[in-house]
Amino acid sequence: MTARLTARDLTLRYGDRVVSTRLSLDVPDGAFTAVVGPNACGKSTLLRAFVRLLRPTGGAALFDGRAVGEYPGKELARALGFLPQEPVAPEDVRVRQLVARGRFPHQSLLSTWSVADEEAVAEAMDAAGVTDLADRPVHELSGGQRQRVWVALVLAQRTPYLLLDEPTSFLDITHQYQLLELLSRLRDQGRTVIAVLHDINQACRYADHLVALRDGRVVAEGPPSRVVDAALVDKVFDLPCVVVPDPVTGAPMVVPSF
Amino acid sequence: MTALVLRRGPVSFRVERRTLVFTAAAVLVILGLGLLGLCYGAVWASPAKVFAALSGSSGGSGVVIRDWRLPRVLSGVVFGAALGVAGAIFQGITRNPLGSPDVIGLDSGAYTGALIALTVLSGTSAQLTTGSVAGGVVTATAVYLLARKGGLSGLRLVVIGIAVNAMLTAVNSWIVLRAELEVAIAAGSWSAGSLNGVGWDDLAIPFAVLAMLLVLLALRSQATHQSGLGGEVAVTTGVGLERLRLHLVLIGVGCTATVTAVAGPIAFVALAAPQIGRRLAGAPGVPLLPAALTGAALLQGGDLLAQALLAPVALPVGVVSTAIGGCYLIWLLTKEVRRT
Repeated sequence: MTARLTARDLTLRYGDRVVSTRLSLDVPDGAFTAVVGPNACGKSTLLRAFVRLLRPTGGAALFDGRAVGEYPGKELARALGFLPQEPVAPEDVRVRQLVARGRFPHQSLLSTWSVADEEAVAEAMDAAGVTDLADRPVHELSGGQRQRVWVALVLAQRTPYLLLDEPTSFLDITHQYQLLELLSRLRDQGRTVIAVLHDINQACRYADHLVALRDGRVVAEGPPSRVVDAALVDKVFDLPCVVVPDPVTGAPMVVPSF
Repeated sequence: MTALVLRRGPVSFRVERRTLVFTAAAVLVILGLGLLGLCYGAVWASPAKVFAALSGSSGGSGVVIRDWRLPRVLSGVVFGAALGVAGAIFQGITRNPLGSPDVIGLDSGAYTGALIALTVLSGTSAQLTTGSVAGGVVTATAVYLLARKGGLSGLRLVVIGIAVNAMLTAVNSWIVLRAELEVAIAAGSWSAGSLNGVGWDDLAIPFAVLAMLLVLLALRSQATHQSGLGGEVAVTTGVGLERLRLHLVLIGVGCTATVTAVAGPIAFVALAAPQIGRRLAGAPGVPLLPAALTGAALLQGGDLLAQALLAPVALPVGVVSTAIGGCYLIWLLTKEVRRT
């Protein structure tokens, strides 16, 4: 298992509040990694450190052995794509225009719409299933459609790594699974996916690699079938439960036992 | 949405057709108003006379047009564009249509700086420019520090800015009242924001400064538009946001302060131009070019109106822009307050 994206002794804090202390982690290449844990356990914060939205107070988030903060902005943005929890679209922007913004790290002062840009945007809209919406204003779309547009923006960035912060929140159950299916297809095409997921059953079903966090520490990591059992769920979430095989996929499925 | 795509070698651009149509129309309006401004005055000059004067073939009678009306028309265009982009910059950073420099006190602060330069120093063009830039920067810093807890966006910064603006307006009145008579008279007519009596001598330094600032802004325009996606996505698509914001604030304050140094605090052009421009151009976010073009047209039109309303007495253009813009501000405030 190789890993280009790693965390070494990472200490993160918001103001005075320490979110994680000396956290180390390898994100396996070409796999779907799900990060799970209770609220405020530092899972979003960890992702934000990788895409340098948060500067660590100790240790480092590394890409190819180099601290992410040392990369020129556009160079890192060609390697790591990130979808935040609640992105805000500019007023009156149309779907195609918004997706095209994902090309920014590939553009320069004199080249703002190359053939490669056009192809990447078309491909991204196609993959995210928003081609039909291309000329619609983003603010008129439903929550599920809007989320797919944002995914398309990140795909248009054509990064080998995709980091998503709770991409399924605010989506109804069908759209949640559609999005997870899309992420697994992207993984199949060779991209590395790292997603913070709220639903541990979805994480077990889709992830190749599961990282369970609590209080900013890695409690367990590995393939879900190996690491997820009742003891772990109780340790991470304080939830008494039984773990049974998912009747469809055979992945571990958590069922509360009270 | 049809768009024009231009590709040649490593150069490539995509322009929405509506943006193109808007730009062409705005340029025509600006040229038309410019011609009208050259014709209009105590004595009406026919367009033929204007062209003769501009080409220098009319001899002595062209002086009025070349040396009196032309600098006024050009300053309307350039200052209007500068105020428009300054408004777009601050509305973009604060993500609030109310967050424009004239509302949050930067005009008044720049004017305070200029007044100090005028009353304490001798008030040369360079001193006025320096004084008003310093005043603008100090005000921007103060507003930022007071509003910092609430972040850059949101109504908090705007409300604090409005309070700072009110205080500075009082300070400005106090300085004018305390000043010697001739200084007070000069400052008084200037305090409303006026292009009356602007001549070439007043414009050399400001035009050079504004040209430099607008070129710098053009170089950063793509990153500026990208930052309209909000802090997170802007950073993760490669915008160096902290440095960009610092540059933008300096450019925005520079534009506001330079205009204020020559023409006084002309209110509401910076507030209204970006919003009108983006609606007319049908462009997302708070785009810079439509703001500049609309600002130029607004200030020019406002100045013509100011000259014509009580002719032969020329009103300060700030009176016209305040009267029109004030209504717009009230409408915007009620809309914003309802939204939050």
